[in-house]
Amino acid sequence: MYNQMVVHDLTDEEMNLLFHALADATRRDIIARVTQREQSVSALAQQYLISFAAVQKHVAVLEKAALVVKHRKGREQIVHGNPEALRKAARLLEEYEQLWAGRVDRITRILAED
Amino acid sequence: MTFVSSTKNTEELTLTFVAEFDAPLDRVWQVWEDPRQLERWWGPPTWPATFVRHDFVVGGQSHYFMTGPDGDKGYGWWEVTVIDAPRRLEFDDGFATPEWERDMALDKTHAVVTFEELDGRTRMTSVSSFVSAEQLEQMAQMGMEEGMTEAIGQIDAILAGSTAGSRA
Repeated sequence: MYNQMVVHDLTDEEMNLLFHALADATRRDIIARVTQREQSVSALAQQYLISFAAVQKHVAVLEKAALVVKHRKGREQIVHGNPEALRKAARLLEEYEQLWAGRVDRITRILAED
Repeated sequence: MTFVSSTKNTEELTLTFVAEFDAPLDRVWQVWEDPRQLERWWGPPTWPATFVRHDFVVGGQSHYFMTGPDGDKGYGWWEVTVIDAPRRLEFDDGFATPEWERDMALDKTHAVVTFEELDGRTRMTSVSSFVSAEQLEQMAQMGMEEGMTEAIGQIDAILAGSTAGSRA
């Protein structure tokens, strides 16, 4: 139940979107590709065995979680990565890490009283 | 002295925390089993925990609240899913209303805690997952484990690359 109290920079809604977006291998692969180099949805679609529409859906999920940003260039939709959103996920785990470090310290002190 | 290591997995959304205590297995188990000891360490000093219920058996419920610096209270529940005293404990940890109804709109955390005795010391390993156990199992069944391991390296490289880029 620490999500609310420990993580200050993400709402529960944002966190749900982020977790959902990261929970799929194809989406993680898309993040990796477009963070290295921005590219169009159609260029992305050529690199997967799934349909253009399916790739478009994955991109929409990533966009909703702010993991990628989409803009128009003529008739093309260009996608690029947003490393800041990835860092949010990493920071969230860091908060938990600190929480556990504190717990272990407190347990050590309780055991030292024996 | 307490040796600690921790592993964060951004893609699996898990945190593995390993600590060693200068105490035998049974003694370390007590700090989980006894609610009066548990509430002395579960919450951070700024949000101390009070356990008003602690059924430390499989299927058992715990109810606790944490009190913040301004007197605000956060309510939580545990449900123990596995107990093999004094070696293994698994439970779900979620949010509750002040009437102890589960708030299912918010994600629960699943924790797996294992204990091993090594020369009179106890090693405690806790793995916290931010999605349900069922969800992780489903993903493993879909053969995503390997994909995840691969993705860790990818994301690391992405972050390293973009950090270097922003410095340039």
